[in-house]
Amino acid sequence: MNTPSNAAPDSPLDLQPSAPAVVSATRPVYWSIRREFWENRYLYIAPVAVAAVFLFGFLIMSIHSPGQLRALVALHSAHNHEEISGSFDISAALLMGTAILMSVFYCAEALHGERRDRSILFWKSLPVSDVTTVLVKASIPLLILPVLVSAVTAVMYLLMLLLSSTVLLATGGNVAMLWAHLPILQMSLLALYHLLTAHALWPAPVYCWLLLVSGWARRATFLWAVLPIVAIGGLEKLAFNTTHFANLVGSRFIGATAPIASTDVFPTNPMTHITPAAFLGAPGLWIGLGIAAIFLAAAVRLRRYQGPI
Amino acid sequence: MACIEARGLRKTFGSTVALDGIDLRIEEGRIVGLIGPNGAGKTTALNAILGLTPYQGELKVLGRDPWKERDQLMRDVCFIADVAVLPRWLRVSQALDYVQGVHPRFDRAKAESFLAKTTIKSTSKVRELSKGMVTQLHLALVMAIDARLLVLDEPTLGLDILYRKQFYDSLLNDYFDRSRTILVTTHQVEEIQHVFTDVMFIDRGRIVFTCSMEEFESRYLEVTVHPERVAAARTLKPMHERQMLGRSILLFDRVDRQQLTALGEVRTPSIADLFVAVMGNHSVVAQNKDKYEGVTR
Repeated sequence: MNTPSNAAPDSPLDLQPSAPAVVSATRPVYWSIRREFWENRYLYIAPVAVAAVFLFGFLIMSIHSPGQLRALVALHSAHNHEEISGSFDISAALLMGTAILMSVFYCAEALHGERRDRSILFWKSLPVSDVTTVLVKASIPLLILPVLVSAVTAVMYLLMLLLSSTVLLATGGNVAMLWAHLPILQMSLLALYHLLTAHALWPAPVYCWLLLVSGWARRATFLWAVLPIVAIGGLEKLAFNTTHFANLVGSRFIGATAPIASTDVFPTNPMTHITPAAFLGAPGLWIGLGIAAIFLAAAVRLRRYQGPI
Repeated sequence: MACIEARGLRKTFGSTVALDGIDLRIEEGRIVGLIGPNGAGKTTALNAILGLTPYQGELKVLGRDPWKERDQLMRDVCFIADVAVLPRWLRVSQALDYVQGVHPRFDRAKAESFLAKTTIKSTSKVRELSKGMVTQLHLALVMAIDARLLVLDEPTLGLDILYRKQFYDSLLNDYFDRSRTILVTTHQVEEIQHVFTDVMFIDRGRIVFTCSMEEFESRYLEVTVHPERVAAARTLKPMHERQMLGRSILLFDRVDRQQLTALGEVRTPSIADLFVAVMGNHSVVAQNKDKYEGVTR
């Protein structure tokens, strides 16, 4: 207290905690990810639910018209491949859409919820840095959701394949032919590739922008995120009668990405030849990632300053 | 080595001065009550100490700069910043898992044994707990961390008296071990007066009074003066005078006890009484700096 300091300052070593204080750097990261899944349970419930609903529909369809599949498999022609894998592609696309929706809503809320419920004071009372927290939150749409959703996709593929095989066996169809048409491991990896490239890395600036706004806005984060974009786009249209900015943002979100494959037949067509080199070599990708990094740095800085709302 | 050391600590929000050049030094092993009216700057001061807000001036907590090294500092510092900051979606078991996961000095068994004394179930979510139980849970988490500084900002606000008493009893019996430092702000001063080793009064962003409890007990005396001796008592320069039930109660600083016994009934004042006296003088003589320096040494 206010008593005069009674001795020369102790050696700084004495300041160091006596108890072992070693936590490996990865533990706060791991537990921060766990925290996100506890807080946002929809991150795993939604894809599983969508997959379950789709599987149920697929089951009804298979039971309803068991002969259709047998006829398709028996046809042996090249173009009927698309018809066989059609429902597989639809299911993958559905899950990708779910992933995009979840990513958008997650990012718009990520740094807002903890300020709104004042729990930021609890999180900040623990030895987890703002950098760790923000990077973990960014990793959810950029890495974790793509991996998770692809895993759900893979399981769904497997169940659909087993179901189709059962139907074929029951109707006397050619199961081997079906399996030849549906290399589900390859298809699942393609889904992962597609999610990571077209729906994570390419739109990274969009997600990071949402994260940044969620750490800044006091309420209506989504509105604050969209409003400036609409305003800039509108101004440009009025002033120059052009739509470069709107096109730019649109192409970042859903639309023209850097080339990720040689054909448009995607998401999971096993005949697709992917072109990761072309994707990684595209300047647009790196410009986007640079902008995303700037947004993230700003979000980290904001979290340092922000308290509860 | 001081636990907390501040020199010229300032913080402004726009044109509002929240901290107006605070100098303070808190040694390790003390339990300090930081007391002040609403808006005096208590929470701002604590936020600066905890690295939650930037500031001007010099501040070292356990030898670290809290603003620059918050995450490092939080290995040695715990705080309960308010009641009900635990997220409502969190399960009790998840809270234990998480703190155990990220905190190098968390003793899970200790937290669990503390929780075992309560009615809190490990499967409950925070939203299912009463306000008092949430505080118990937070306290269980904090007390199981082997920290060197614990900061409590109105930790028992809104709790009933049973929980409040239990809270401070646990803190003293199960946690405080004389090497730890505890910094508390509260409005329920009377209840926890016996807990403190030191008190500090803060007003308008300045520390206006600071004193250890031993010093407090030896320096300040309160006298319920016999009506006919009031004039005589006033010549001894009381620092404060108030009326209660028609009697004058005078508060003296460094006046001989023998001398006062002759005037009426003498006792040690409560911190709240001294607070009123110091704050009353402070606001009255805010312009008259000399007198006010006299009060604050």
